[in-house]
Amino acid sequence: MQKMKLVVVGNGMAGMRTVEELLKIAPDIYDITVFGDEPYPNYNRIMLSPVLANEQTIDDIILNTREWYAQNNIQLYTNARVNKIDRKNRVVYAEDGTVAEYDRLLIATGSKPFMPPIPGKELAGVIGYRDIKDTNEMIATAKLHKHAVVIGGGLLGLEAANGLKIQGMDVTVVHKNAWLLEKQLDKTAGTMLQKSLADKGLNFLLNKNTAQLHGDEHGRIKAVSFSDGVEIPADLVVMAVGIRPNFALAESAGIHCDKGIVVNDTMQTFDPRVYAVGECVAHRGISYGLVAPLFEMAKVCATHLANFGIGLYKGSVTSTKLKVTGIDLFSAGDFSGGEGTEEIVLHDAVGGVYKKLVIKNDKIIGSVLYGDTTDGSWYFQMLRDGKAIHEIRDHLMFGQDSLGNTGHQGQDKAAAMTNEMEVCGCNGVCKGTIVKAIQDQGLFTIDDVKKQTKAGSSCGSCVGLVEQILASTLGGGYAPPSTSKAVCGCSDKNHEEVRAEIRTHKYLNIPDAMKGMAWRTPNGCATCRPALNYYLLSTWPHEAVDDPQSRFINERVHANIQKDGTYSVIPRMYGGVTSPNQLRKIADVADKYAVPMVKVTGGQRIDLLGVKKEDLVGMWKDLDMPSGYAYAKGIRTVKTCVGSEFCRFGTQNSTQMGIDIEKAFDHMWAPHKVKFAVSGCPRNCAESGIKDVGIIGVDSGWEIYVGGNGGIKTEVAQFLCKVKTHDEVLEYSGAFIQIYREEARYLDRTVHWIERVGLEYVKQRVLEDAEGRKAAYERLLFALQGATDPWAERVKKPALQKEFEVISV
Amino acid sequence: MDNWVKVAPLQEIQKLGARVVRTHDGAGQALEIGVFRLEDDRVFAINNACPHKGGPLSEGLVYGEKIACPMHSWKISLVDGKAEEPDVGQTACYKTKVQDGMVYLELKDQ
Repeated sequence: MQKMKLVVVGNGMAGMRTVEELLKIAPDIYDITVFGDEPYPNYNRIMLSPVLANEQTIDDIILNTREWYAQNNIQLYTNARVNKIDRKNRVVYAEDGTVAEYDRLLIATGSKPFMPPIPGKELAGVIGYRDIKDTNEMIATAKLHKHAVVIGGGLLGLEAANGLKIQGMDVTVVHKNAWLLEKQLDKTAGTMLQKSLADKGLNFLLNKNTAQLHGDEHGRIKAVSFSDGVEIPADLVVMAVGIRPNFALAESAGIHCDKGIVVNDTMQTFDPRVYAVGECVAHRGISYGLVAPLFEMAKVCATHLANFGIGLYKGSVTSTKLKVTGIDLFSAGDFSGGEGTEEIVLHDAVGGVYKKLVIKNDKIIGSVLYGDTTDGSWYFQMLRDGKAIHEIRDHLMFGQDSLGNTGHQGQDKAAAMTNEMEVCGCNGVCKGTIVKAIQDQGLFTIDDVKKQTKAGSSCGSCVGLVEQILASTLGGGYAPPSTSKAVCGCSDKNHEEVRAEIRTHKYLNIPDAMKGMAWRTPNGCATCRPALNYYLLSTWPHEAVDDPQSRFINERVHANIQKDGTYSVIPRMYGGVTSPNQLRKIADVADKYAVPMVKVTGGQRIDLLGVKKEDLVGMWKDLDMPSGYAYAKGIRTVKTCVGSEFCRFGTQNSTQMGIDIEKAFDHMWAPHKVKFAVSGCPRNCAESGIKDVGIIGVDSGWEIYVGGNGGIKTEVAQFLCKVKTHDEVLEYSGAFIQIYREEARYLDRTVHWIERVGLEYVKQRVLEDAEGRKAAYERLLFALQGATDPWAERVKKPALQKEFEVISV
Repeated sequence: MDNWVKVAPLQEIQKLGARVVRTHDGAGQALEIGVFRLEDDRVFAINNACPHKGGPLSEGLVYGEKIACPMHSWKISLVDGKAEEPDVGQTACYKTKVQDGMVYLELKDQ
């Protein structure tokens, strides 16, 4: 088939990101030609400030090398400014005489620095701050001259001023407003920022309007004067008063523009063959100058260029960070306050910390953080997701609780860590390694960093730290991922959408579900298949078909794989109670199969470690005990204390309660592992406070706590309710678990699910809605009806044993 | 010289599943090969050790033409044995064929 021709005008971050996204999903449908008016391949424009500050070099910030273009068969023309688009004949013309035909055209011409109409702006030494050329000119000027004036106290201006100061110049920042960064900061934070920057040696002239730029006899800038008559010397003037979408080319081709190239939610312009992305567009009347929205546009545009016809760009909420080393500030949303808004403010002038949250209708609508931006991403996420905050309002200002996080020396503030300190304790990744990877490899998302550095990719406890490092390295380029994300790359649907469709269309097996939901891959991937399998089974118990090939090995062979490929075998001991007979049997089996290690687990049972796969079925037969599901995303253990039968403090028979729970919910699959504990008195020897469901016996009944976790991040379970009877414990805790089973995302522990939906929601479902609770409990019992022990089943059915047999040749 | 060995009937390897073949290499060293069946019944064989930390690839999850290692989820191509970027590494591949419903595997010369 003849390939279509795609021409991209603009070799910057938005255009190339679109091409990259397109190559990922449809590598073969276009011959691609790219025009760029700079002499370089695509580079990371947001890293120009670190280059100016001597923290990076130009080579470091190249995102796509010329080899990359060649490898992907992309015809790249650099130094080639396109000056004409002939839409009738579908041809673009460059100034250097290059001509290219297109079937589809992508315009990504970016933006231009706005040069205010000040007399003298055409003098030599008066520049904007946009590209490598400007950066090089600043570095060169700093070697020969002394006085730099930056006009504009916005993000770009301050980063330029900081860099020029580091290059050795005397720098004065001129700003027409009363405080710096007035679009991002309120007056208090702006003033604090000014003081910090003044301490670094920058000079400021606020409330000043530039009247004229004066040149010397060679036509080079020599001084700047203001409307109040003051004049200061200047050898270099950097105009940083804002950027304007660069849409002249599109406009000259007759494409509808209104302060930018007008596009719809698919990034299409008024000419259906022409798409536009990046800073040059006006989407719903807004033009963006930060990188995160551009990447969102790129993703959407690529799906349409690939003819998938899916994906809509609906605009972005942006956040800001200033990339000046040693200065920590963050702002997002509307922080100016006004009618109907409330503010929570924390101000420590001496400590240099200022935090303000603006709240409207129980939601965060804006935030300004100065001096401590650790929680910026967390606030931003809540802002963007419109999360109700009343449940956490009393401690909102003190940040996300990072207590109980392990694996990184108790650190919870990335800014306070040195480059040598270890961030990821699983994979041994230091802060410096992460920073370097973000800068050198052009990483923009947590997933990128996880993939490239492995930091945060194992247990995930350090992801918060990695996120802080990413945010402070990228500055305004970082946008935290939305909590509503696609299940995986095989589909654009999120977990809730997938669950809803499985219910509505009654999909009963994975192939039907994938087909019905237009999965992009023939049989999914290692991320979506286990999730789909669980969603099918939990939505349609007894009807959906379980697919062992879509389960992780542990659930497929009902044992835990170990580092050397052997397995561990843990039989159930209901409530942690065993008998001499059981122990004798276990001892005999351990002898017979020469089990290398016999260990008592944290869940009050016995683990036989180092078992060969081909021995599993034989061992199960000899043990003749039920599977302990120690390998399952499902019910694990019910830990118990001795309770009133023996303990002199015990108020309730916790052991029997635990046994009854473990038997009632045996064989239960869940989004993740589920652990229970039952203690017989508030001394809580069974550690009920860190379990998914923790039950504590008191003289007058039982208290039920939910959402605890003793793992990666220790989470204390929250009080759900108090009930009187044994049967009520089963009903309330069963209903809670069933709702979690039906509504949580795959791999959510109960704590993560509650964090998202709120404890109030859980209380409403389990406590206030009595009928709903009973129905949920019934659904759980129905789902578990007739469940069989997986070990016994494999012992009985030789056909199921094939997988365990090794073929010798 | 050809050295084709019989593995198992195709139906005894699960679709999107694998079986383990234990044998010896030319030098008499023990060797484990994973034999994988894709959804379209193509069969691939690779050395049963992930280039990362030697995880038994046969126990992983098969999707497309790849296997996700059960240890740390490295994605290994069943076609050429290469790890998916950004991970780096490769495991050995063996030729397979299916004749009259029987799967064969070509071992290197012994």
